[in-house]
Amino acid sequence: MIKLFKVKEKQREIAENANGKAPVKKQSAGELRLHKDISELNLPKTCSISFPNGKDDLMNFEVTIRPDEGYYLGGTFLFSFQVSPIYPHEAPKVKCKTKVYHPNIDLEGNVCLNILREDWKPVLNINTIIYGLFHLFTQPNYEDPLNHDAAAVLRDNPKLFESNVRRAMAGGYVGQTFFTRCM
Amino acid sequence: MADAAPPSKSRDLDKLLLRPGNLVGPSFEPGVQLRDDLQEYAKVLVVGAGGLGCELLKDLALSGFKNLEVIDMDRIEVTNLNRQFLFRLEDVGKPKAEVAAKRVMERVSGVNIVPHFCRIEDKDIEFYSDFNIIALGLDSIEARSYINAVACSFLEYDSDDNPREETMKPMVDGGTEGFKGHARVIVPGVTPCFECTIWLFPPQVKFPLCTLAETPRNAAHCIEYAHLIKWDEGHSGKAFDPDNPDHMKWVYDEAVKRAELFGIPGVTYSLTQGVVKNIIPAIASTNAIISAACALETLKIASGCSKTLSNYLTYNGVEGLHTKVTEFVKDKDCLVCGPGVLVELDATVTLQKFIDMLEEHPKLLMSKASITYRGKNLYMQAPPVLEEMTRSNLSLPLYDLMDKVPKDILHATGTINKDNKKSSGLRKLRVNFKGIDGVTDMDMAGGA
Repeated sequence: MIKLFKVKEKQREIAENANGKAPVKKQSAGELRLHKDISELNLPKTCSISFPNGKDDLMNFEVTIRPDEGYYLGGTFLFSFQVSPIYPHEAPKVKCKTKVYHPNIDLEGNVCLNILREDWKPVLNINTIIYGLFHLFTQPNYEDPLNHDAAAVLRDNPKLFESNVRRAMAGGYVGQTFFTRCM
Repeated sequence: MADAAPPSKSRDLDKLLLRPGNLVGPSFEPGVQLRDDLQEYAKVLVVGAGGLGCELLKDLALSGFKNLEVIDMDRIEVTNLNRQFLFRLEDVGKPKAEVAAKRVMERVSGVNIVPHFCRIEDKDIEFYSDFNIIALGLDSIEARSYINAVACSFLEYDSDDNPREETMKPMVDGGTEGFKGHARVIVPGVTPCFECTIWLFPPQVKFPLCTLAETPRNAAHCIEYAHLIKWDEGHSGKAFDPDNPDHMKWVYDEAVKRAELFGIPGVTYSLTQGVVKNIIPAIASTNAIISAACALETLKIASGCSKTLSNYLTYNGVEGLHTKVTEFVKDKDCLVCGPGVLVELDATVTLQKFIDMLEEHPKLLMSKASITYRGKNLYMQAPPVLEEMTRSNLSLPLYDLMDKVPKDILHATGTINKDNKKSSGLRKLRVNFKGIDGVTDMDMAGGA
């Protein structure tokens, strides 16, 4: 290819200082795939999505879940999503921004959902994750606990668990922990 | 024969470059001119000045390349010294790119190496367009994917979807992990690009959070617990910085406490660094083998003195030794290196009309398209919040929405109706506005 290099070098000298193209923003393959995911979103009525940085930043967005059944009926829970440029090779980073009394979500907002970590596959998408999160509210499970205490209560005393959830969502203490109102 | 010619520094190289052969590349023209041109005109960028980068710079300099540049954002650490042989103890803390360039220039006369101590994303795209070949000595998928996208962004196709040779930016990519390594040649438009085969990477191992929180079984679980869960509890909102030694020490101390609680042995400071920073063990000789292969491929691409590796070499020294070359195939619909579908338009066409046209276009047959142009979402079919924000664009001319650039790439997502089957698809489109000054001229120049 050396001949080409030579030709290019000559062209470059001529073109030096000529009208250069304006610097353009590049879109990573991850961003494009995310564009596809987002434009095909099909969310249940209980879930909504918003883009705090406007329509051109899809890599950071928020999802609000308002469960319509189960222990968490009536609550509003906000999740933040951070998507990497090599999405979908890597799962989005998801955090729960609402402090919640939940066996699978800890008080810092870490979420134990298998498809967010060990079971993530590039064929999954944003829709799948949102359904997965929704599922955590209709079917909290004590077998994969992140909030150890909440999991133990759910396992041993579902009635107490239910009243703890109501108290937390209404804004109040469960044990030593204060929860802000999210209803 | 009064004076024998002094022994040439390029004696070994001359054997490759000055003599004809049977196994050479298609455009090989042996001779002194080739050797001189190689030294004068070939500009190579080495990305990364770590284990592979040090080797690459040395190998390329000794292979007759005279114009090299190197880019790396890291500073030298003590743990680099066992294999990053251009660095000395007194260099610890200095930028790798600068020290590596200086050391090679001291040893190999006549070579000029320009260092760049910065992130690869900090350079604008024009910086990369200056090089004839890019050699990669990287350790992450993310960085490879970025450089690959930059190199492929220079590629142009003619109206018959054939790649224009003068717009190709070849890359040579090396990678090692302990006793294993790979070397591959990427010529955008000819070979598969990095993105064509990115799905071949196995997913990263990630432990379930609840395992970390409840049932840790090994040292790595304890470290990840401290890193992912305990850090947030103790540092309300402050982000963990893996390059901050205080942060690392904090995680290490917490991991030790965790390990003691569960009676788990094996948490050390270096393992903590390894787990948190995802450090891959490196072996000097594997780096040397892989870099040598990459440097030779760089020489072959530039000079044509032999056919290039086609196109992916794996080297595995774990149990005995196995090495093999596999020919990966291109993804013809690759969003990064593929030609995309050529769409010719009048400059007056509105976005709405354009979206309607995609439905009729024989190569697309795409309905309900959402359109994105260089990071700007021109129209989104869903979710409702974005549809509403982008709806007003529908009545505007696409030419205006694309900043009046006569030809450029955009991407469309929608439902593809092919053979009475519906599937969702993401397509790259080469939009060409007709009757805009400059475009016709350029096309004629290309065809002449």
